[in-house]
Amino acid sequence: MTWKQMFTSSVGKKLVMGLTGLFLITFLIVHAGINACIFADLPIFNPEDNGAMFNKAAHFMGSTVLIRIMEIGLFAGIVLHIIQGYMLEAQNRSSRGTAYAKSMGNDGSKWYSRSMGLLGTLILLFLILHLSHFWVPARFTHEGLEPAMYNGVVMHDMFNLMKITFSELWVVVAYVIGCFSLFWHLMHGFLSAFRTLGLSNKRYLLLLNTIGIGYSIIISVLFALMPIGIYLKWVE
Amino acid sequence: MEHKNINVKLKVWRQRNSNDKGSFETYDANNISTEMSFLEMFDVLNEELIRDGKDPIAFDHDCREGICGMCSMYINGRPHGPWHANTTCQLHMRAFNDGDTIVVEPWRAKAFPVIKDLMVDRTAFDRIIQAGGYVSVNTGNAVDGNSIPIEKDKADASFAAAMCIGCGACVAACKNSSAMLFTSAKVAHLALLPQGDPERKSRVVNMIAQMDKEGFGACTNTGACEAVCPKEISISNIARLNMEYTSACLTSDK
Repeated sequence: MTWKQMFTSSVGKKLVMGLTGLFLITFLIVHAGINACIFADLPIFNPEDNGAMFNKAAHFMGSTVLIRIMEIGLFAGIVLHIIQGYMLEAQNRSSRGTAYAKSMGNDGSKWYSRSMGLLGTLILLFLILHLSHFWVPARFTHEGLEPAMYNGVVMHDMFNLMKITFSELWVVVAYVIGCFSLFWHLMHGFLSAFRTLGLSNKRYLLLLNTIGIGYSIIISVLFALMPIGIYLKWVE
Repeated sequence: MEHKNINVKLKVWRQRNSNDKGSFETYDANNISTEMSFLEMFDVLNEELIRDGKDPIAFDHDCREGICGMCSMYINGRPHGPWHANTTCQLHMRAFNDGDTIVVEPWRAKAFPVIKDLMVDRTAFDRIIQAGGYVSVNTGNAVDGNSIPIEKDKADASFAAAMCIGCGACVAACKNSSAMLFTSAKVAHLALLPQGDPERKSRVVNMIAQMDKEGFGACTNTGACEAVCPKEISISNIARLNMEYTSACLTSDK
């Protein structure tokens, strides 16, 4: 059994999807955590924050060598997940041949578990928009980024960029649709990844199913609240 | 339950051979007893077709008691029809109402080419079994059944997996036409027993290789297979297969 044989088999391909999926799930925790720093400005916390906590966190992520190296790994994971996902989708679709006149529909499976390709595509479209809004300016063009000074260090005012970006309603709507797609994608993907990795113990499956649902809700709602919160001027 | 006779309309897939394109034809099945099995209803219809000098509808069947796995109809958008944990031969006409239109299709998967009408070629499953779904034993005196102690839970799980009759409903139901539930049942059945242990690694690797060669899709854990399985084979067998496969691959010498 060579590595090639392993990773080109149907189980091996799914293993890649599961492993990269869990890696991206871990990344989302970090991403959501850092972005949630914008809520430090909420009246119940510190109305004088004005995005300082978020800008400092974003600066740390952008200026730490180790994290920049991990960023390459992150992109590799995303690209692998996307390419492998599309290849599997194409392979799976072609294995039917003639379609059924009457389909099973939701009889026996959930719609979102059958729509991972579609949901993934929506997330990919969102991701392109999202990267062009924030990642490209922060790393390359510096367009629309004002300098901000904290403790004598000049940083990018990413919080201000967020405020500008989310002042347009269509952007907020697009982001909410992205979060909605992410929610359903995670609702299936979280537990499915563990099953693919071979978890069959009922005890853990029950536990992870609950964690998966909780994770999907918390992450998606938290992300969706960021454009909504800024648009509605909860934080400014 | 009250016995009555009903009239139903059947939309049946007709296809001369694997090269033919195939299409639906509509038939009236009149005066059908609700006590009849679905296949008996087809027998009555076929008798009529033969009497009229027409080609009878070809369909697979053997034991007609729900244990052989030969019957294979996709009825009204569900393998083996509307009843849970049931085979087509055990589906009875009381599941339908007078005047119903019933759509009957063959299993649809490239790996299961249509032989004729509702009959599909499921020898792909045989080849998966031939690739490793067995235990090699030297012939000799039969060993006493109790000489190898087996944990009760494992014996039960193994037996539950061994219930698979290889009908192919899992493939028919899966949106990817994946044969993972079938293959996993066969792998789990033997992997859980001490007798299956010596060939454990080669078995799972060879069976998956054959499964892929046959052109079945990959598993996306939707659960449709488990929902239609007449023997209620659990999807947890697929997770067990994934574990068996990964550990076999990672611990192989080559």
